[in-house]
Amino acid sequence: MSAVLEVTNIKKNFGGISAVADVSFDVREGEILGLIGPNGCGKSTLFNCILGQLTPSGGEVKLDGKVVTGLRPAELNKLGVSRTFQLLQVFPKLSVRENLILAGQEHQGSMASRLVGRSDAGLTDAANQMIGFFKLDHLAAEPAGGLSYGQQKLLDAAMAFMGGPRLVLLDEPAGGVNPSMLSDLKERLVAINREKNATFVVIEHNMEFVMSLCSRVMVMAEGKVLAMGRPDEVRKNPAVIEAYLGH
Amino acid sequence: MSGFAKPLKIALGLAVIIGLIVIPMNFNRYGLFILSQWAVMTIAAMGLNLTLGYAGQVSLAQGAFVGIGAYAAAIMTTHGWPLPAAIVVAIILSFAVGWVLGYPALRVQHHYLAFVTLAFSTLAFLVFRNESWLTGGIYGISNIPRPHFFGIATNKPLPFYYVCLGSLAIVSLAVWWLIRSPWGRAFMALRENPLRAQSLGIDTRRYTLMAFAIGSALGGIAGGLYAPLTQYIDPVPFNLSLSLDLLMMVIVGGAGFFLGPFLGAMIAVLLPEWLRFTEGYYLMLYAIAVMLLLIWSPTGILGILDRTMAARRTKAASALRAVAKSRLETVQ
Repeated sequence: MSAVLEVTNIKKNFGGISAVADVSFDVREGEILGLIGPNGCGKSTLFNCILGQLTPSGGEVKLDGKVVTGLRPAELNKLGVSRTFQLLQVFPKLSVRENLILAGQEHQGSMASRLVGRSDAGLTDAANQMIGFFKLDHLAAEPAGGLSYGQQKLLDAAMAFMGGPRLVLLDEPAGGVNPSMLSDLKERLVAINREKNATFVVIEHNMEFVMSLCSRVMVMAEGKVLAMGRPDEVRKNPAVIEAYLGH
Repeated sequence: MSGFAKPLKIALGLAVIIGLIVIPMNFNRYGLFILSQWAVMTIAAMGLNLTLGYAGQVSLAQGAFVGIGAYAAAIMTTHGWPLPAAIVVAIILSFAVGWVLGYPALRVQHHYLAFVTLAFSTLAFLVFRNESWLTGGIYGISNIPRPHFFGIATNKPLPFYYVCLGSLAIVSLAVWWLIRSPWGRAFMALRENPLRAQSLGIDTRRYTLMAFAIGSALGGIAGGLYAPLTQYIDPVPFNLSLSLDLLMMVIVGGAGFFLGPFLGAMIAVLLPEWLRFTEGYYLMLYAIAVMLLLIWSPTGILGILDRTMAARRTKAASALRAVAKSRLETVQ
């Protein structure tokens, strides 16, 4: 299986503090990789370094074998890398449908063609499909800010898929989502993974969610990779148990 | 409800447009001057509304762009160029300068950006005043001609008012198209959440520069009309206070609302005139009225309307939810 994403020796220092210390891993085409670790272990910082939100202090990120280190987030998104954030990041005043159109529009044509072209950038159908897929039909015209937290979380995830990404990095998609909606979310993620052959990296604290969703799990502690393997292997790893129970 | 509201909106819009065309036919010279000024300032405020209201980039330099456009038009038309050509040059010039002024916005935001643009505003004023070989310095440029269109002279106040109104109509259509295009959505995303916008592939750098450039270009158009309107320009009208006035128009009207600049410019240009009967007190009353309005509604006049409508929608939605809930309970 080929690697979609190869991360080699990524480091990030904030002043004297090393948030990410020499992390290397790869993400295989079509897999769902879980990323777990105690709070402050550098998971989100690692995401931000991969996605160009932060410039790494050292190391290299390759997408499909090409070096993409230092590219801006928008450029990476155009190359098919999408993400969600730990905190909700929908546009509260826009309707659910408009949020989704916004999330996909930059992948349609050029900047000039979007100025003279259709107001929806030809995405109304695609947005409606996504709305149906995430079972938000009855809320399509509602301002996103009026949705419940769980529904906004679904919309947030749906937005990450509008550009038809190859690789999606999800930062705590399950945080604050109630159990019934959580199984919905998991089911949707698995379906997109299978149908659209999208590759995922998922940061999550909900162990049950990670262990049942992911094919491999990477454990981080204090900015380093502690363990990497199948969920059942990782769960039995003494170092992992130590890191979680020790803190 | 919206099925009923749309024809009503169109009817109201048409009535206002017809009113703006027909009623001023009986106006005197001064009334027409004020109304033309309203049209010109609305264009400039629409530009600032794009930069500030939609894209969220603070600028205290819009008045400087009106000045750039006014000087471009004054210099060219007094040398025999037709006004439309001068306005094209004004657009290109202010677009280019606006683009460059956008670069600081890629590094600094909010108050800091306001200060950068304020410094630019002062710089522009000094160029207008000191480079007298080009701008006529403190003596300014006089005898600015008004254009002929299709053989019709617009020297008289009424025809020139129609030039201003027609320009306002064209600019309004263009801005309306822009804000409902994907660009408008991207501008708004830039204002609301630049971090998320980037992660959705929105090139925030390019959109920031565009927001500045297009907003400034509209300032340039307004200037290109201001020069033949007053037929005499000097540096004073384009100092910082014009930028502050334009900022007030945008805020008072309602930043980020399409119709905000129309109302804001109306209040800034017309209200002082209406208050003239109070003689010495009119500026004080005007200042107090603006303060009270902003205390009541920080989001401007259209903010009040927006809140009322949002409240009504929420009420309707919660009523629907209550019905749905009671149905669920009966089923159980």
